Amino acid sequence: MSVDLTYSAPVPTLSGPGAGRRERSRSRGWIWYLLMAPAVLLIAIFFVWPVFLMAVESFLGPDLTLENYRTFFGSPIYTQVLGRTFGVAALVTVLCLALGYPYAYLMTITSGWKRTMLLGIILIPFWTSLLVRSIAWVFLLQDTGAINSLLIGTGVIQEPISMIRTMFGVSLGMTQVLLPFMVLPLFGTLLTIDSSLQKASASLGARPSVGFWRVYFPLSLPGVIAGSLLVFVLALGFYITPALLGGPQDMMLGQLIVQQISQVLNWGMGSAIAMVLLVSALGLIGLVGLLLNRHSRRADAG
Amino acid sequence: MTKTSRTVLWIFCSLVAAFVALPVLIVVPISFGETRLLQFPPQGFSLQWYENFFTSPQWLRATGNSLLIGALVALTSAVIGTLVSFAIVRGRSKGGPAVTGLMTLPLVVPNVIFGTALYGIFLQLGLTGTVLGFVIAHTVLAVPYVVVNVTSSLRRLDSRLEIASASLGATPLKTFARVTLPLILPGALAGGLFAFMISFDEVVVALFLGGAGLETLPLKMWSSVQFQIDATIAAVSTLLIAVTTLIVLLYAWLQAFLRRKATQ
Repeated sequence: MSVDLTYSAPVPTLSGPGAGRRERSRSRGWIWYLLMAPAVLLIAIFFVWPVFLMAVESFLGPDLTLENYRTFFGSPIYTQVLGRTFGVAALVTVLCLALGYPYAYLMTITSGWKRTMLLGIILIPFWTSLLVRSIAWVFLLQDTGAINSLLIGTGVIQEPISMIRTMFGVSLGMTQVLLPFMVLPLFGTLLTIDSSLQKASASLGARPSVGFWRVYFPLSLPGVIAGSLLVFVLALGFYITPALLGGPQDMMLGQLIVQQISQVLNWGMGSAIAMVLLVSALGLIGLVGLLLNRHSRRADAG
Repeated sequence: MTKTSRTVLWIFCSLVAAFVALPVLIVVPISFGETRLLQFPPQGFSLQWYENFFTSPQWLRATGNSLLIGALVALTSAVIGTLVSFAIVRGRSKGGPAVTGLMTLPLVVPNVIFGTALYGIFLQLGLTGTVLGFVIAHTVLAVPYVVVNVTSSLRRLDSRLEIASASLGATPLKTFARVTLPLILPGALAGGLFAFMISFDEVVVALFLGGAGLETLPLKMWSSVQFQIDATIAAVSTLLIAVTTLIVLLYAWLQAFLRRKATQ
């Protein structure tokens, strides 16, 4: 039976392993390109090409020019939006780090169902619609919203506090939306830190705070950097949450792009602002990637 | 760590957990309240906001559009994403890393940039306000997630099973259809579910592509919120939370199923 099987089958090993592999890869090499083709063509035609055209558009006016960029960086209205976007992204990153670091740390020192529960909770917003979460914040923060109604109902305040259409509302909403992106990379890094290092520093007489700042925190830096980068870059491109929770005076870059293209119909300007946002985001990712790479190589060498 | 500092840490993290998990649940009591404009705590109990949704042709049409587009996106991105993942993991061609890099691009570029850029060429191609346009745009956004999902399940797969099948005389196509595909199917399905969720929730790109011609559910929600935020939005949000929770449970089940299969 088994002899029959081996005989009837064109087993590659019969003609020698090397020969079989060579023959197979020559005859089937093109098939891999065929399998890649649909996805590669889709992304190339409908992602890379339009973004490239947009980059070209930003330099046209209609001749080749830097006019759009000169206008953008020369006008206080635009540079204010740029500064505010980076400011909000930085604030949200710091808030996420302040809330997320202790949370990720607690996840590493617990186990079993407690850790699963903490992880499950941080994943909830990951899975609920961004639009629904932003709308929920409107229900909470507006003048007739849940927080104001409760505070007035219990007599703590007489007049509603304005929280919606403010920078406070935007930062609060964005922090909640982006917190999982901080906690997950941090948790991954904190898990790899050997807890005996802290005990060692304590046994050598270091106070817990010294042990934390001199031993534990430096080791957690790759996670801190990765999480902060992710939150910061995502925050730079936010549109929905600031549009719902912020006022006209709290406009961010994403809203400015939409306004230029769909309301002012100034494609050149909108494209230029999009390129400023894109270069900031990709540039930051590249820069931090380079830093982390050097950091890990130094750690390997030392 | 001392007992007190541990307690303090737990209290702090419980507050963080509440901040993360609770705000979205505010829509549930509002959706069952009696007053149209928000009152908190809500008065009475009523299902009228759900009735509003289920009897409104616009809301139902938008929901239908979103379901159709989501299903098409799930199907196309699961197929395209599985093919490219297979080539990335198993292919001996040198293009693998470059293709992986290409597939991560839609993840790092803000959607608002992708939306405006795509709007430019879709205007020329006449694809704005069409189902095809939406499917293309959302498939671009979803394929990277399918690739992440399927490549990881392919890497977990024991490639000796495929070698065994080939050594028993199966053609490469037969090996793929009878051995590889059934093993990676849960991964591909999970990727497809993920793709559906991305499409079903997508609003930024839709803002450019939609409009009078074609309205998706997130787009309808967005325009209603601009106009007047009322309890119908809360009802729709509650329904969405319920549906996505179901999909997540399905996804978790598929992942568990996949892991069980892989360890067998």
